Amino acid sequence: MDTLAALAGGFATALTPTHLLFAFVGCFLGTAVGVLPGIGPALTVALLLPITFQVPATSAFILFAGVYYGAMYGGSTTSILLNTPGESATIITALEGHRMARAGRAGPALATAAIGSFVAGTIATLALTFAAPVVVELALKLGPAEYFSLMVVAFVAVSAVLGASALRGLACLFLGLLLGIVGVDLQTGQPRFTFGMIEFLDGIEVTIVAVGLFAVAETLHLATRRKHGEDEILPVQGSLWLSKSDWARSWKPWLRGACIGFPFGAIPAGGSELPTFLSYYMERKLSKNPGEFGHGAIEGVAGPEAANNASAAGVLMPMLTLGLPTSVTAAIMLSAFQSYGIQPGPMLFVTQGDLVWGLIASLYVGNVMLLILNLPLVGLWVKILKIPTPQLYAGILVFATIGSYGVSNSVIDLLVMYGVGIVGLFMKRYDFPVAPAVIGMILGPLAEQAFRQALTISQGDVTTFITRPISASFLVVALLLAFGPKLWSAWVATQQRARA
Amino acid sequence: MTMSRRHALAAAALIPGAALVGGPARAQQRFDSIFMFVPAGPGGGWDGTGRAIEQAARQAGLVGSFQFENVGGAGGMVGLPRFVNQRRNQANALMVGGSVMVGAGITNKSPVTIANVQPVARLTEEAGVVVVPANSEVKSWTDLAAKFRSNPGAVPVGGGSAGGTDHIALGLILKALGRNPREASYVAFAGGGPANAAILGGQVGAGISGYSEFSEQVKAGRMRALATTGEKRIAGTDIPTLKELGINVTAANWRGVFCPPGLNGQQRQALIDLMTAIHATPQWKEILTTRAWDDAFLTGDAFGAYLKQDIAATEEVLKDLGLA
Repeated sequence: MDTLAALAGGFATALTPTHLLFAFVGCFLGTAVGVLPGIGPALTVALLLPITFQVPATSAFILFAGVYYGAMYGGSTTSILLNTPGESATIITALEGHRMARAGRAGPALATAAIGSFVAGTIATLALTFAAPVVVELALKLGPAEYFSLMVVAFVAVSAVLGASALRGLACLFLGLLLGIVGVDLQTGQPRFTFGMIEFLDGIEVTIVAVGLFAVAETLHLATRRKHGEDEILPVQGSLWLSKSDWARSWKPWLRGACIGFPFGAIPAGGSELPTFLSYYMERKLSKNPGEFGHGAIEGVAGPEAANNASAAGVLMPMLTLGLPTSVTAAIMLSAFQSYGIQPGPMLFVTQGDLVWGLIASLYVGNVMLLILNLPLVGLWVKILKIPTPQLYAGILVFATIGSYGVSNSVIDLLVMYGVGIVGLFMKRYDFPVAPAVIGMILGPLAEQAFRQALTISQGDVTTFITRPISASFLVVALLLAFGPKLWSAWVATQQRARA
Repeated sequence: MTMSRRHALAAAALIPGAALVGGPARAQQRFDSIFMFVPAGPGGGWDGTGRAIEQAARQAGLVGSFQFENVGGAGGMVGLPRFVNQRRNQANALMVGGSVMVGAGITNKSPVTIANVQPVARLTEEAGVVVVPANSEVKSWTDLAAKFRSNPGAVPVGGGSAGGTDHIALGLILKALGRNPREASYVAFAGGGPANAAILGGQVGAGISGYSEFSEQVKAGRMRALATTGEKRIAGTDIPTLKELGINVTAANWRGVFCPPGLNGQQRQALIDLMTAIHATPQWKEILTTRAWDDAFLTGDAFGAYLKQDIAATEEVLKDLGLA
């Protein structure tokens, strides 16, 4: 079937009033849950599952896709304004975005996030439309050995986020690794670092730690400094809209973010966090004024935001073409397919063509809808910053607590969140960077599992990482990233000396 | 088998069941309300079972309303103690559970296990299936069995988390072939997606998991199914069972419902009768067909005897695997 004709048919389905309404409700709900810390798209889709008894499959999936995309938009809002990541995919956004907000540039930060999400979401949906089968087949070539090597690249890249002191950065990275290891080990079924508590058997939730380190620590920090009469947040200054130079600095990160995010969503162990880290690293490296990073560089918001939205479209690709869920939300959407008696897989495009193309068309529609929904809200959102600091942060604490408890019904999770918040306070006080801890927590367990899976497959032969060509190329990239810049400057120096 | 980590999946929420567009009660109402406890997050297999019971019971007018509570984590080990403590003596409380909970109780050495609740009814089960990638040199079960016999370590097998249903089935197979289960190169993946990808990409030599995890790939000819672990063949397929192939191994991932400790015989019987009535409805039959669940209905003491045997067998394999 001709792709364009099928897509046109899909638009005919997606543009009916009923489906437009479903898309709108989905986008709206998604934006709302994205804004709330702790509550994510996976939970929302899971709670909406019972509607699969009531409405036709196409309507339900248009709703779910709207929630999924919307959450990626909404998550950035709280990251930027309140330094409280709504989703794990928007943790990186908080680094530069919140700095911008504090400098009175919340408007441009929100705008570049929304437009970047739109641009990247649309590019990724185009890629989903035309490149799906090819990319998925390529993704299958990656096994555990390749994933491990890819994680090595990521670790090398993120060490750039370690901040001024490598020692402090590493200390935080290892704190993150330790937190990430807690729970039942996948490869042996044995509990590690759980201290006999069943609540820890499934590990510690990344968003709990992120909210603790960002929101709780921030609140405590402000509380301790309050009596010194410091008010760190500047009022909104200047235009809410992107200036000419903002546009000039944003459009390349958007495109690069889309190119990083989409393939990572598509590979089975990619997820949406990893591409945001890599995009941040890339923007920092490519920036003409890297000194601005850490103080509110717009590129550091534009790139990662584009990357996480592109990865959301990427995730749908293996799910629709192979029936492989690569994220938690996708896994729940898969179970929704099953409750309709539809099994996504290689046959889906043939057996359920109307459904699939209707869904893909609704992604285009949803992207436009989210942009329309989010841009006017920018003005409204930045007003949040006008709330006096004590009340604002009290509100954040309430939301963070409700959100985290609502997800798990677990008091232990709350204790962990506040415990981590206190640790975070001291980290902030003594200038330890927060990002490496979160990154370690996300990447550490992934890398460990991939490493051990690869070794089980190779029966303990460590050379598997260098004898497999793709894995070896990733490792070479990692080496170049680590030592390339130094060797290059050393070479340039010797050249200059030779000339002199 | 869903994602291993709790993530958002292991969410929990107190939500009233979806209002179903049903007419007035058509059968005699047996319970005004049922409290359904799901020791897993919304969206997974246990949650699906609980909501399917609600759907059938309400459409048939057997139960007035349902209240759900989801407490996910660690194969049900986080939710189970909560159900035992908070719902003791509550005559309208049911908990969804299954074979995963049996294994999780043993590997985690949990003080509260499935033996602390009372069996009401086993509802469904799903046989496991052994698959190889379509382009594998292994053409039949005989080929694979020969490889396992000579050196099990040389065939990496992908499946769900270590100590889970898939791992146990592989252990049983190796034992039946005269090898030590610990010799297996078992590669645990967090969920059906990554496991499928590893098998399709030829990263592992074979895969073992519930049939539904692989069915679509098998139908599309991208994986070759060699044997199933059920008592009889899976409906609509021509894959032989291990028993037919001369390996005396059966393993199935079953799901059922339990009631809290403290209920007397009469109260438990009322719940058993309710489940029997739900099982007899055409709505339940329809759900079984659309979800491709195998009917494995067994109630009361017969289910209790089965459970006891399942716990003993699981414990033995997990000991062999060094996990208990």
